[in-house]
Amino acid sequence: MNRESLLRQIGWFAAAVGLALFLTVLVTLPSGAPPLTTIFVLFQGGLGSLSKFGQALSVWVPLTLCSVGLLIPFTARLWNIGVEGQVIMGAIFCTAALRPFDGGGAGQIILALAAAALGGALWALLSGLLRVFGRVHEIFSGLGLNFVALGVILWLIFGPWKRPGIASMSGTEPLDVSLWLAKVGSLSVTWAGLGLALAAIVLAAVLLHRTGWGLKLRAVGENPKAATLFALGPRRRLLQAFLLCGAMAGLAGATQVLAVYHRLLPSISSSYGYTGLLVGMMASYRLGLAPFICLFFAVLNVGSIQLPLQLGLDSSLSGVIQGVMVLSVFIVQGVRLWLAKRGEAA
Amino acid sequence: MKIVRMMAALALCMALLFALGCASEPEKKAEDKAPAKTEAPAPAPEAKQDAKPLTMGLILVGPYNDKGYSQAQYEGGKYLEEKMGAKLIYLDKVNPADRPGLTIPQVVDDLLAKGADFIVAGSDDMTDGIIEAAGQHPDTVFVHASGDAALTGKGPKNLGNVFGRMTFPKMMAGFSAGMTTQTGKIGVVGPLINAETRRLIVSAYLGARYAWTQVRGKDLKDLSFNVKWIGFWFNIPGVTADPTQMAGSLYDGGCDVVLSGIDTPEVVTVAQQRRDAGKTVWALPYDYEKACEGQGSVCVGVPYFNWGPMFLKIAEQVKAGTYKAVFDWEAPYWADINDHDKSPVGFMPGEGLSADNKKALDEFVAKLGSGELNLFTGPLNYQDGSVFLKAGETATDKQIWYLEQLLQGMEGLSSPK
Repeated sequence: MNRESLLRQIGWFAAAVGLALFLTVLVTLPSGAPPLTTIFVLFQGGLGSLSKFGQALSVWVPLTLCSVGLLIPFTARLWNIGVEGQVIMGAIFCTAALRPFDGGGAGQIILALAAAALGGALWALLSGLLRVFGRVHEIFSGLGLNFVALGVILWLIFGPWKRPGIASMSGTEPLDVSLWLAKVGSLSVTWAGLGLALAAIVLAAVLLHRTGWGLKLRAVGENPKAATLFALGPRRRLLQAFLLCGAMAGLAGATQVLAVYHRLLPSISSSYGYTGLLVGMMASYRLGLAPFICLFFAVLNVGSIQLPLQLGLDSSLSGVIQGVMVLSVFIVQGVRLWLAKRGEAA
Repeated sequence: MKIVRMMAALALCMALLFALGCASEPEKKAEDKAPAKTEAPAPAPEAKQDAKPLTMGLILVGPYNDKGYSQAQYEGGKYLEEKMGAKLIYLDKVNPADRPGLTIPQVVDDLLAKGADFIVAGSDDMTDGIIEAAGQHPDTVFVHASGDAALTGKGPKNLGNVFGRMTFPKMMAGFSAGMTTQTGKIGVVGPLINAETRRLIVSAYLGARYAWTQVRGKDLKDLSFNVKWIGFWFNIPGVTADPTQMAGSLYDGGCDVVLSGIDTPEVVTVAQQRRDAGKTVWALPYDYEKACEGQGSVCVGVPYFNWGPMFLKIAEQVKAGTYKAVFDWEAPYWADINDHDKSPVGFMPGEGLSADNKKALDEFVAKLGSGELNLFTGPLNYQDGSVFLKAGETATDKQIWYLEQLLQGMEGLSSPK
């Protein structure tokens, strides 16, 4: 799938968007919603003003960290589905690092970010170790570890980290304002978040496409047996790939705590890990596309609340529209594969 | 090369996104001429106060049609539209599980952009977010329905609190349960543990205890009152305990009446299923006036919020510019607790309450209303045995609002362990 040109991929992506729009029209018609207005409102809600765009970017940051991170193990053909749990672990480690402090500044925030990266990386390492030494497929271990991470966060919020006298899934005591990440002007997105996401993109691009490490990692993915014969150290490389992805996912969790919710809560991950997997699949695991598809998802996410607000549509419709969009991408990808096969046959 | 391609991709994607937005814009304008007028973006609310109706921005924690807490608030907003020609704009399901990534300040920005003149946040879950948002918009009136920021002084000056004194309807619910139960075992499916939920469930217990001992003349030892908490205001699969299972286990454990303390009506559904299986059980839902409708004799009654009058009062003050951000804990309208225009809270008996019990309930309500009966009167001990109220002592509002524990005689957790 790497042979196709980027432009052609974008063409396919446009086809998918076209199909998505068409299906959306079909879905919205019975609910009495004017389809084009619905779509317009959806996108305007995410792009219509600077502050909306800022909101979309604040969703884009953790989503990009997750999906860019996912591309690294995927280069070695690893599906790190445990990314969701790694986001949660990052958020937990981040909160843990800040618990001794009532307030603080850059020092504490850097400490928290480092802890979050460590938490995510360690959680990913578990998947990696199980894969490399226990021959447990990373999809199973990842899914399992996601549930464990959720269990841990629920236990912490309902137990040791509860607010005094309260047992609620609403979350922990909020962080002091001095520990919040600084915003870009009056926008929701933070400088640190944007910096982390961009750094992750650059790091992944350099690692995967400009270093021998990336080349060898790809070789490991393409042919593990040969990789062993040629002394490429496949085990070590796979573990490193997991660690890197986990660290990025952990940072995504940290931005959720430090920039969005300012506390730890059960749904701290906002399912960005799973969305990141979708992004990866939609982008056919090409680094060049992933950030833009993330932006597309972020715009949809932010815009979706405009449907109930502006059009009085039942808010679950926005979920349906998002689902339809993802589905159409897979339909189009299926068609593409089918066409490619037919082309080969003919 | 790579950079050039990345840039090209960026340009294309942006073009795509903006094209999508812009392409449909003209059609929107063409199609929407009529609705556009009612939407009236109105950039300066104060300047156009007279031209445009007063607009309330309401943030609901659950679905607007949940047959529970959120629906009661939604209908309160509708009442406002009906009574003073105001306009309601709302967003429902505002909680991190249903709307990932959405924060309260963002919702508030959207509601204000849509022309809201004042903001009402509906849930305890929004406490931190609404304090933050109110701080960002110091010239707008914010009201947190539940919460105590105006009492503690933690919140900014433009943030008030309003809540009905649900303690009374909860006493009536407990009383009805105490009159109805045959086994003497009453269960409660509670939401999360905090001062509010302790206060309400203790009220229900006091009502049940009064019915059991004073009206029915039975021994307090034979009354069991068991509270099971799910961990949040409503079921979040995988996160909270499942209220359906909780209710089921209470019935299985011998409870024949179960009260709901959560936002949604699962308890009644479970009771209905047990009834269909031939068991003699009852249930009392919570929050929404019509929660017993269509449930038949399984439903004993429902303590509910009637937000309309409270919202109306606030809206009129906002319109007149006289609203003061205070902590407002409103008592029922005792002449008729089910007066739709006057009582902020009420208790609507269901078919499951027998005629005799209803008569007893009416007497009980009359006594509560006249002040002849104050259930928060000592001697009352906390669950751990320490003294809450000495003999003859009555609780202050603050003691009730910040109730620290469940009471002696109740089973279930008082605070997280």
